[in-house]
Amino acid sequence: MTVVKNKESTKINNNKFKDKIIQLSHGDGGIKTGELINDLILKYLGNKILNRLEDSAVLKCSDKKIAFTTDSFVVNPIFFPGGDIGKLSICGTINDLATTGCIPAALSLSFILEESFPVSDFIKILSSIKRILNDTGLHIVTGDTKVVEKGNADKIYINTSGIGVIPDNLEISPLKIKAGDKILINGGIAEHGTAILSIRKEFNFKTGITTDCAPLSSLVKDMTAASKNIHALRDATRGGLASILYELAGTSGTNINIYENKIPVKKEVRGICEFLGLDPLYIANEGKMVVFTDKKDVDAVLKAMRKNRYGKDSCIIGEVTEKGKGNVTLTTSIGTKRVLDLPFSEQLPRIC
Amino acid sequence: MENNIKRIVESLNDKKPERSINIMEVCGTHTMTISRYGLRQIIPDTINLISGPGCPVCVTPAADIDRILEIIDKYEVSLFTFGDMLKVPGTRSSLYDKRSEGKDINICYSPAEALDFAKNNRDRQVIFLAIGFETTIPLTSVIIKRAYKEKTNNFYIYNTHKLIPEALEVLLGDKHIKIDAFLCPGHVSAVIGSRPYNFIVQNYGIPCVISGFEPHDILESISMIIDQFKKGKAEVEIQYRIVVKEEGNPEALKSIYEVFERSDSLWRGLGNISGSGLELKEDFSKFDAKIHFPVKEIKSVEPAGCECGDVLKGIKKPFECRLFSKVCRPDNPVGPCMVSSEGSCAAYYKYERLKA
Repeated sequence: MTVVKNKESTKINNNKFKDKIIQLSHGDGGIKTGELINDLILKYLGNKILNRLEDSAVLKCSDKKIAFTTDSFVVNPIFFPGGDIGKLSICGTINDLATTGCIPAALSLSFILEESFPVSDFIKILSSIKRILNDTGLHIVTGDTKVVEKGNADKIYINTSGIGVIPDNLEISPLKIKAGDKILINGGIAEHGTAILSIRKEFNFKTGITTDCAPLSSLVKDMTAASKNIHALRDATRGGLASILYELAGTSGTNINIYENKIPVKKEVRGICEFLGLDPLYIANEGKMVVFTDKKDVDAVLKAMRKNRYGKDSCIIGEVTEKGKGNVTLTTSIGTKRVLDLPFSEQLPRIC
Repeated sequence: MENNIKRIVESLNDKKPERSINIMEVCGTHTMTISRYGLRQIIPDTINLISGPGCPVCVTPAADIDRILEIIDKYEVSLFTFGDMLKVPGTRSSLYDKRSEGKDINICYSPAEALDFAKNNRDRQVIFLAIGFETTIPLTSVIIKRAYKEKTNNFYIYNTHKLIPEALEVLLGDKHIKIDAFLCPGHVSAVIGSRPYNFIVQNYGIPCVISGFEPHDILESISMIIDQFKKGKAEVEIQYRIVVKEEGNPEALKSIYEVFERSDSLWRGLGNISGSGLELKEDFSKFDAKIHFPVKEIKSVEPAGCECGDVLKGIKKPFECRLFSKVCRPDNPVGPCMVSSEGSCAAYYKYERLKA
C-alpha cells in the first residue's frame, strides 16, 4: 500500500473560510459543505488522494497481511491538558494499528459536528490532527463530515479508521504469550484519565498533569527491529492497565503477576487518585503500550524502547507466571500478594 | 519489603499471642488497606482482623433509601449525593435506577456543590443526601450555617449522619460478637478525639488504638494492641499522633453541635441505636428534607439472603455469606457492603477473592 507524500506547506491560510460557527448547512452537501471541506478541512489535511474527494480512496495493495481498525471519540471536554479530541482520534487509531506491529499506511477521518460549534475550535482540532500526521508521516485518505441540530450531539464527535501492512515474518498475537514472558510498559500510567478528570467542571483541582496521548507507531517499529520475539502488544486505554492484563491473561490461558512498586505512576497522578479513591491501574491511558516479550530478548527490547522519545521511562512491570485460568495477581509494595480485579462500573464516562 | 514494615512484622511474630485475638476495625479505609496490602498474610495467625460497621454507606438502612426514593418520585427535586450511594439497593429500586429513568440525581464531592447549585438555580428544590460519620458531619454543618446566613430557601439536607462510639457500645453488648480490641478510626477520631472511647476501656476492659491508614500505621497499631495484652492492661492509645489529639478538633465539634442535636438512628444490621444519630436543631429545621417533603411510610425489606447485617457486626466474614461472589458481586450488588468502595464485601471481593 502506498500513500503519496504531502508536500504542502504547513502554514495554513484559512482566510477563505469566513463562518464563525458551524451551521446545519455545512453538512447538507451543498455549497457550504463544499466550502467547509475545500477551504478548511483540505487546507489542513489535504493530500493527493484526499483532494480528489472521491467516495472511496483507492490504495495499492499487495498480497501482504493487512491490519484494519476503527474507533470513535466522544471525549468530554474536547480540549484538555496536553491534547484534544483531534490528537486523541488520530493517536488512538495509530496505536490500535501499532499493536499488530504493522506499518500504518493510511487513515480515514469523519466528523459529526453540532450546529453552532465554533469554527475557531474546529481549526484548533484540525491543526492538532495535522501535527500528529506530520509527526508520523501519515495521511488522511478519506473522510466525511455531518452536521446535526444543536442539542443532538455534544460539540464534536470523531471517527477514525486506519489501515496498515504487517511485515512478513511478523506475528504479534496474545495467543503467542507463554509462561516466562516478561511484561513491559513505556512509562507512567493513568495520566490521560486524571488529566481529563482534573478539568471536568465538577472537580475543582489545579494540577500539572497532562495527557500521555501519543502516536506509538515509531516505538513499536523500534521494538520489532530489536527483537523478533515480541509476543503481544496492547494499547492500555479504557479500563487501564489492569483491564488489558486480565484480557490478555484470559485470551492466552496464562496467569500473570505484576509488581506494584515497579509500575510507574507520577507522584501527582498518584495524589489525585488517592484523593478521589481511584486506582491508577484502572484509569485510561492514551500513549501506553504494554509489551509481552520472550524473556531472552527483554534487555534488547527495553533498550530499544528507552531510546524512543515515547519510551524513555520504559520498564519491566511483571511476568507471565504459568499456564492458568487467566488470574492476575499483584505483589504489593510490602511484599504480600493480592488478586487484581476487573473494574465493574464506569470510573469515568466519555474519557476518549 | 520496606524496612519499617519488616521490623514491625518481625516484632509481631516475636510476641505472637498464644490464644486467638479478635481485633475489629471500624473504618472502611482501614478495611481497604488491610485487604489491599494483604496484611492478613504477614501477621501471626492468632491475630484475627475482623471488619465492623466502618462504612457509612453500608450502615444506611433500606428504609432511608426507600424514603429518599419516595421523595424523588413525589416531588420535583434535584438530589446531590456521594457516588457510592447511587447503587445501594432499596426495597424496590435504587438512586441509580431513578437516574436512568431521568430523575435529576447528581454525584458531588462536597455538600458545597449542592448549595452552590441551589443558589444558581433558584427555581429548583435541591436536596443534599448527607451521609457519613463524624468525619463528614462538620462539612454538612458548615454548609447548613452558610445556607442559614445566606437565607437560602431552596436547599435541604436528607440527614443520615451517624456517630461511631455509640455503635461500638452496641457491638460490645452483643453476646454473639467476640471482640478483644478495637482498631479505632483515624479520621473520625481527628474530630472527636480519643476520650469518647474511654468507656470501652473502663466498662469492658477492651484495648483501643486509634490508627492511621498506611500499612505500617495499621501494623504498628496492631503491635500496640498486642503490647497491651502482654502487659495485661487496656487503654485508649493514639498511633495516629500526627493527626489525632486527645481533645479532637474543638472547632469541628462546636460546628456540629451548633447545628445538630443528638437523636436515635437506625443502622443496617445493628437496628435502632439510642443517641447514635443527629437531627437538625429547631432553628435549622427549615433545611430538613424529611419535614419539607413528607412521604408515606413504606414497608422496607432488606434484600433476601443478604447477610450484610452479620457482616457489619463482624459475626460473619464476607466469604461466609452464601451470596458472596456467586450472586452478589460489585457488578450486581445485593447488599450495600458490596456496593460501597469501602464496604467489607467489596474489599474482600476486590483483593482477597482467591481465598473464597
